[in-house]
Amino acid sequence: MTSQKILDEFRTEVRAWLADNTPPDPGFLLPETFMEVGTDQQFEFLRNWQRTVYEAGYLGMAWPSEYGGGGQPQAFQDIVNHEMAAARVPFVPNTIGLNWAGPLILDMGTEEDKQRYIKNILSAEDIWCQGFSEPDNGSDLGNAQVRAVRDGDEYVVNGSKIWTSLGAYAKYMILLARTSSDGPNKYAGLTFFLAPMQVAGVDPVPIKKLTGEYGFCQTYFSDARIPASCRLGAEGEGWSVAMKTLMFERGAIGGQAGGLSAMDLNINDIIELARRSRRNGRPALEDPLTRDELMKLILEAKGNQLMGAKSRIPALCQDWPTAVPMSGKLRGSELKRKMTRFALSLQGANGARYISDDAIDGGKWQRSYLNAFSGTIGGGTTQIQKNILGERVLGLPKS
Amino acid sequence: MPVIAFSEEQSMLLDTAMDFCAKEAPVAGLRASIQDGLEFNGARWQAMTDLGWLGIGIPEQYGGLGMTLADAVPVAEALGRYLVPSPFVATTIAAQALMACGSPEQQSQWLPRVASGSIASLALWEPSGSWSLADTEAALTKTGDQLTLSGQKVFVEAAEEATLLMVAARFEGNVRLCLVERAQIAESAIQRESVIDETRRSFSVTFDHLVLDQAALCPGLAFDVIENASLLLSSAESSGGIAGVLGVVVDYLKTRKQFDRYIGAYQALKHPTVDILMGSEMARAYVYHAATEWAAGAELETIENAVRMAKACATEQFAEAGDRAVQFHGGFGFTYDCDAQLYLRRALWNQYQFGDERYQRSRLADVMLAAS
Ligand SMILES: Cc1cc2nc3c(=O)[nH]c(=O)nc-3n(C[C@H](O)[C@H](O)[C@H](O)COP(=O)(O)OP(=O)(O)OC[C@H]3O[C@@H](n4cnc5c(N)ncnc54)[C@H](O)[C@@H]3O)c2cc1C
Repeated sequence: MTSQKILDEFRTEVRAWLADNTPPDPGFLLPETFMEVGTDQQFEFLRNWQRTVYEAGYLGMAWPSEYGGGGQPQAFQDIVNHEMAAARVPFVPNTIGLNWAGPLILDMGTEEDKQRYIKNILSAEDIWCQGFSEPDNGSDLGNAQVRAVRDGDEYVVNGSKIWTSLGAYAKYMILLARTSSDGPNKYAGLTFFLAPMQVAGVDPVPIKKLTGEYGFCQTYFSDARIPASCRLGAEGEGWSVAMKTLMFERGAIGGQAGGLSAMDLNINDIIELARRSRRNGRPALEDPLTRDELMKLILEAKGNQLMGAKSRIPALCQDWPTAVPMSGKLRGSELKRKMTRFALSLQGANGARYISDDAIDGGKWQRSYLNAFSGTIGGGTTQIQKNILGERVLGLPKS
Repeated sequence: MPVIAFSEEQSMLLDTAMDFCAKEAPVAGLRASIQDGLEFNGARWQAMTDLGWLGIGIPEQYGGLGMTLADAVPVAEALGRYLVPSPFVATTIAAQALMACGSPEQQSQWLPRVASGSIASLALWEPSGSWSLADTEAALTKTGDQLTLSGQKVFVEAAEEATLLMVAARFEGNVRLCLVERAQIAESAIQRESVIDETRRSFSVTFDHLVLDQAALCPGLAFDVIENASLLLSSAESSGGIAGVLGVVVDYLKTRKQFDRYIGAYQALKHPTVDILMGSEMARAYVYHAATEWAAGAELETIENAVRMAKACATEQFAEAGDRAVQFHGGFGFTYDCDAQLYLRRALWNQYQFGDERYQRSRLADVMLAAS
């Protein structure tokens, strides 16, 4: 155990570093999460920021030092994550690499994989994306149909993946593809790859999202050839690797490099907005209905934090040990959706404005609300999360 | 200080209390005792006393265990989970009231008796149903060196079997507590009430010019401590209750079949059941957070915020869980025989005692949403 004194000193150091090194407002709108990086300008800004954070030693602090990590206890990275959120600094964009692909490679990759990928994930030299969803197979991920056919030392890939966040900037993709259709069930024919994006026959095409901005792609594969050495795990074992990836993605297990992956939005921002808003000729903050709604959100936000604290005390989690860790994404994303939606209701007729100088706070609340669905849909929808919790935590029969 | 701490002692108390309730007071036996009029169960009370539970929050100098109210939380949770009819919470809170408002003489007279099993209960509420003690109408008047108590108190738990009642009444402009021994009250002044939670022995007590010694008046005015203690244990009971009713729902969803499928496969039932699970986890987190603040001796205002949040969360979630539990049992849920009603009716009692969630939120808003 690292002493509290050392951790406290470290916290002070991080705060000071963030105060000195956070880049000034770039003068253009930044995306709110890694799923919404839509312009080169935004991308370069965020990538530089990640590089700066890594070079200061504040990313991957608990990853092994031989691959570029810090080799320190997780407690240090936890402090950095917390302080970054508190200081409202920009997020680091390589989330898929840092928090899903990276831990997966450290967990089951070869020595060569680790040497090759880990450091460049941390430095944002190599951006990673995820090729799971397909136009016809989203929630039913096990039914993925993109084909990968073995041909000598290579696989030939055909088909398309969709909703590929960061697809336009990525050097690698964690790809779930079908190598066989003859297995005993749909899951058996899947294989997992650490696939290069910048090869012939791979074409990420940006898709405009509901906010009017860009952020994800449809990625077309036409006879794309990828080396067989890109495979992670055996042929036909892709499903279990994908499931492990989702555990990292949803934060159900640890091992992530850390760093913020989204702009922090917290309840105090909404309270502050209510303070500035008016209702019936009075500050909205004096309106009993507004107050009650605000208190509900405050209680939900605080309750979510306390659930995290409770989950670290095994004696208080005997009934349903995995309920809290497995529901983090569900609770966090739904709360964010509710908060941003409520924020519009505080603006009177101006709730109907959109990104412009006339809108309250430049329209950031409208954009935030629309973007909040990234959390409730991406990474497995709220409904799918509830299925998982019902079935795996409560033991209810499959739907 | 961690936001939630859970000590070895609390953990042991939780295990013991859960075992005790499962063996000595299973939910399956509840309906029969209700049918028999829910008589006070002296043997069970003695067993709880022997376990030392009544002395948990009482200092050692008065024969207690010298722990804090936070250590009574696991016991209240277990009692809530099994819907155990018991004056444990009432007596434990009365002891806290004695410690907060009683004179040294009152404390040394009564705390050792409570620790060794004498039942005590607070008589705070009146027929108006107001949650605010400022609305108290019962009155104490001074005549010579004696006091006269008049007024009606309702929702007095365990009044019949209690040895001591602590009655809130107006005295010289303030609301104060006075100690009334059960023996001073006529049988006819105590009436059993019909209340929604049939696992509660609740009474109305009428005081008609009851003459008391001056020494019966409690010097302290710390009703905030009493309210905090009540909110904490009521929330703990509710937290246990949600876990209990969730178990009932999950069992039914896994055993009842319709259209050739277990009904738990239907998302219209599965997803709200997950919501109950989330509510249960959150309520419990709030309860132990509030207990942690209490045990750490935090500022009164900090404790008040924590217990109000716990109450707002726990009883809202419990009431919702009970409501869904009835619905998810179909026709059986509409029957007296289904356990769902027991939990729902308990949840409604807990919800409407000491302020429901909207009341707590409005009180919290006064502190947390200052206008400027
Ligand atoms: C912003 C954003 C970024 C994303 N980034 C990536 C990425 O980088 N890589 C990637 O691979 N994917 C990504 N996704 C895709 C995401 O994982 C899928 O959108 C998601 O899994 C849902 O799949 P779908 O879109 O096909 O919807 P569908 O599965 O068609 O779902 C449609 C509706 O039906 C509901 N539904 C479906 N099945 C069930 C069921 N069994 N029970 C109850 N309800 C059900 C869903 O909840 C939803 O409301 C991203 C999505 C978004 C929004």
